[in-house]
Amino acid sequence: MTPLLRRLRSDLFATPADGALSLGLIALITAAAVGLLRWAAQKAQWAVIQANSTLFAVGRYPQDQQWRLWLLTALLTAATGITWGLLRSHPRADRDGLLWPRNDRLVLGLLAAVGLWLPWALRLAPALQTRWWLLAALLAASRWLAGRFGTQLSRPMLRLFPLVWPLIYLIGMVLISGGLGLMPVSPSQWGGLLLTMLTASFAILLCFPLGVLLALGRRSDLPLLRWTSVIYIEFIRGAPLITLLFLGQNILGFLLPGGLAPDRIWRAAWVLTFFAAAYLAEAVRSGLASVPKGQVEAARSLGLSYPQTLARVVLPQALRVALPAMVGQFISLLQDTTLLSLIGLLELLGVARTVMANPAFLGHNAEVYLTLALLFWSCCAALGLGSRALEQRLDPQTLSSSSSRP
Amino acid sequence: MSLRPTRAWALPLLLAGLLAGCAQDGGTGVQSAKLSMIQGRGKLVCGVDGKLPGFSFVGPDGRYSGLDVDVCQAMAAAIFGDANKVEYRDLNSSERFAALASGEVDLLSRNTTMTLSRDAPGGNALSFAPTTFYDGQGMMVPAASGITTLKALAGKPICVESGTTTELNLADRMREIGVPYTPLKFQTGDQTYAAYLGGRCIAVTSDRSQLAAKRSSFPNPEAHTLLKDVMSKEPLTPATTNADPAWADAVRWTVNALIQAEELGITKANIATKVAEAKANTNQADLRRFLGVEGDFGKQLGLPADFVVKIISAVGNYGEIFDRNVGPGSKLKLDRGVNNQWTKGGLMYSPPFR
Amino acid sequence: MPESQALLDPAHRPPWWRDRRVIPWLVQGVVALVLLVLIAFLLGNLIHNLTTRGMLLSWRWLGEPAGFDISETAVPFSAEMPYWRGLAAGLANTLRAVLTGLVGATLLGTLAGMASFSRNPLLRGFTRAYVETIRNIPLLLQLIFWYFVVFLSLPNGTAALQIPGVVLAKSGLYLAGFGQGLHWSLPQLVNGVWQAPLRLSVEFAALMSGLIIYSGAFIAEVVRGGIASVPKGQWEAATSLGMGWFATLRHVVLPQALRVIVPGLNTQYISLAKNSSLAVAVGFTDLYSVAETTLNQTGRALEVYLLLLGAYLAMDLVISLVMNGLNRFVQIRER
Repeated sequence: MTPLLRRLRSDLFATPADGALSLGLIALITAAAVGLLRWAAQKAQWAVIQANSTLFAVGRYPQDQQWRLWLLTALLTAATGITWGLLRSHPRADRDGLLWPRNDRLVLGLLAAVGLWLPWALRLAPALQTRWWLLAALLAASRWLAGRFGTQLSRPMLRLFPLVWPLIYLIGMVLISGGLGLMPVSPSQWGGLLLTMLTASFAILLCFPLGVLLALGRRSDLPLLRWTSVIYIEFIRGAPLITLLFLGQNILGFLLPGGLAPDRIWRAAWVLTFFAAAYLAEAVRSGLASVPKGQVEAARSLGLSYPQTLARVVLPQALRVALPAMVGQFISLLQDTTLLSLIGLLELLGVARTVMANPAFLGHNAEVYLTLALLFWSCCAALGLGSRALEQRLDPQTLSSSSSRP
Repeated sequence: MSLRPTRAWALPLLLAGLLAGCAQDGGTGVQSAKLSMIQGRGKLVCGVDGKLPGFSFVGPDGRYSGLDVDVCQAMAAAIFGDANKVEYRDLNSSERFAALASGEVDLLSRNTTMTLSRDAPGGNALSFAPTTFYDGQGMMVPAASGITTLKALAGKPICVESGTTTELNLADRMREIGVPYTPLKFQTGDQTYAAYLGGRCIAVTSDRSQLAAKRSSFPNPEAHTLLKDVMSKEPLTPATTNADPAWADAVRWTVNALIQAEELGITKANIATKVAEAKANTNQADLRRFLGVEGDFGKQLGLPADFVVKIISAVGNYGEIFDRNVGPGSKLKLDRGVNNQWTKGGLMYSPPFR
Repeated sequence: MPESQALLDPAHRPPWWRDRRVIPWLVQGVVALVLLVLIAFLLGNLIHNLTTRGMLLSWRWLGEPAGFDISETAVPFSAEMPYWRGLAAGLANTLRAVLTGLVGATLLGTLAGMASFSRNPLLRGFTRAYVETIRNIPLLLQLIFWYFVVFLSLPNGTAALQIPGVVLAKSGLYLAGFGQGLHWSLPQLVNGVWQAPLRLSVEFAALMSGLIIYSGAFIAEVVRGGIASVPKGQWEAATSLGMGWFATLRHVVLPQALRVIVPGLNTQYISLAKNSSLAVAVGFTDLYSVAETTLNQTGRALEVYLLLLGAYLAMDLVISLVMNGLNRFVQIRER
């Protein structure tokens, strides 16, 4: 018996019970896989995805203004490629990094395959297919350029580069909503993946400072700050998100003068922010607790004021420890955007349900849900992987074996 | 201390401005705050369903069509002269009143039933325009089930959309005839009909026009029948809030204009001829007043003098709206029934324009 | 000179806004002022807006007849009963769902957590795949999938899936049990409709499947973390004593792991209790669903929300209290 077979036997068939379990699992997995593949290839009708791909992507965004969204996607792709390349061309000082490690080659191959094969498989219009190919090419090209010429960038330029991301965010907001000479597109026309990404990124960006403030407040010695933070955090953590969303939609109008209220989408985005901030505060709190008291005492004895101590000594250490839990919160936030469909907003899930209500596509629920599941799974899994990569880059000694999401 | 020359001139100018402003406010026009806001905004925001063929339905190209949509367009034509200056908001039954109360939408044209509790200031405090569609609640079952009366639904699951008068009427009717049943409630119409088509419930209940509309888009419309029982009165009516009576009046008389136009035989095709006719003959007083050739009825509502002409040129009269959306010219093919003119035995009756 | 004396000496005292004794009061004063202004503003608007609509806080409407029915209730309810009974029925449904979910998810999560440490790499991989897949897909999507794709495509009537004592049909899950008069009866087809002593509606079954599988994945991670926190030496010592894998787990590892697991379970249980509010998406009338219907019929947004939030907060408090008690019990076991 070859070593492989011997190992298989000792692993899978050590005892009769083990053997039976292994056989059962193998049978189950094979049956499921074969059934799924057969269904996907023959019975499933993917026309529902193809016919509504624009709806899924951007909702009812006006056709003639969609070039703005393509522009934004191109900008984001280029920025991603350049950041990725720069990260690889400037490895950590104490580790030697390859310009094209195996993971990178895998990921690029995967992205290229998806970008090239998927539009063809979905039989999208030729114009759309070309755009996706161009985007995939842009990603590969920017990655290669940044990797090749990244070291030639001067240090000030390198330090200023991360500012590109907030800049793109602001440009993106202008491109999406209009103004500055562009035709305004009202928020009620934003939908699909665009709306999901928008609300998720808005909530993630804003809940971070708020959560840190709440965590600091909760650990503060000042009783007023502590009690305010505690009441806020416990109140938010005790309520289901959907009740808070409904509160935002119905009662917010009563809390403002004249019954005036911002657009439904912004209301929901703010509720998501305040909701996530409470949970993030808990994650950051555990990070703050892990910083030894000696650090604060040493900093103060060196003459640093309290805000300076916080900013330069405590928070960097605390956030590094809390990073896995924080990213876990961000992933939950991305998943929670699906609840916006229950208050009538047409984000990805809402659009999916509208599409399935169309009797022309009756009975094809499974295709749509599976596509959505795959989409969410990829985004969340990518975030999880990114978090682990970030952890590694920041401090390899405290790499946790798995992210411990609540 | 004496006023400097510039300040001395400012005072009389200020007083003159105030008096001029007051003079403009009085006179023949009454400005509603809501109307001014809409005019300033440049478009009307209309709350609709968006998923109900025949009443308000948005096609894959993003275009809205339907009876409720035409009412919105008529209003926009009355204010701006352009039926396209409308922004539609899709609202489900749970959020429609909150959206109207908070001012998110100016007009709710969403197959809403007029009831006392919705009209009363102690209830939802809405202001209703004339009814645009007299309907009743009905029940739809698969033809193959062999069910022909409500009593045959004893002990069976019935799908209903929550947050509507439908679920209350269902409870009342079934209790009245002593039939036990299981209500399955869903948040949106989509899910309700999806569960019905999925076979989860043996019947689905809603306004009869809505049942007919949804049935027309099923893959196999003949496989479903509507029971003959009419379970309630459902006058479907556009609504605004009690907060601005002048705006409510403007909406009310816009709808009346649609009905009156059909009574007078004015259609989208012949409106131009009718206007010429009215201008030429001074003895056709009713027509001249109606079309704004004489009198200032438009201004009394805060609308342009020829608002009726603008409305009819944009969407036609009530009969045309009915025909192309829910009548013989559409997929629903509903009878006029009680939705006909009073001269033909129906309930559509407009008060006089004078 | 020492700092305390420096503060007393007028010549060396720092300015009042940098004085360490003043700063806490200053900061709190500012925060208190900001909060007061904010709350006064919001409350003022709330009261003003509610008064103009004549909808100021009142609880009398709770006694009026509800006018709507509820599909499945543990507590008897019909349309002529008052609103408060409807809300109570909704609460009973929520509690039913939460308790069943807690038991099911704990069982599934513990099994999966233990399976992550199995010797069998297939089982380990299967569990890993289960946890990683389920954690990254939104719960609402899973619930809708279970209801609209799986349960609504079940056959009905005679074509229903049957194994002795259990019938799974589109109209529900029917189980054999003690019917009227404590008399064991099996599910039977009567006039084309299944009857059985124990019946779960499809909505409840879909909600349970989704909740149990979703929370089970998170609980599996908590259990895994707990078992991983037990030093490897314990496993080795147990094996050298001749204990099998399962016996080791039961007598040596789990009791120690519980100290780490119980706090994590607290979070997951509260999360499950709150996720039960998504029942509205699958047509199960839980507390949130009844509250939403009540809100639509009465327009009393504020009172309904107070009741709703109060109920969920109370549920969370009860769960936390029980888990804290359990926590203390588990900690005592240490020598």
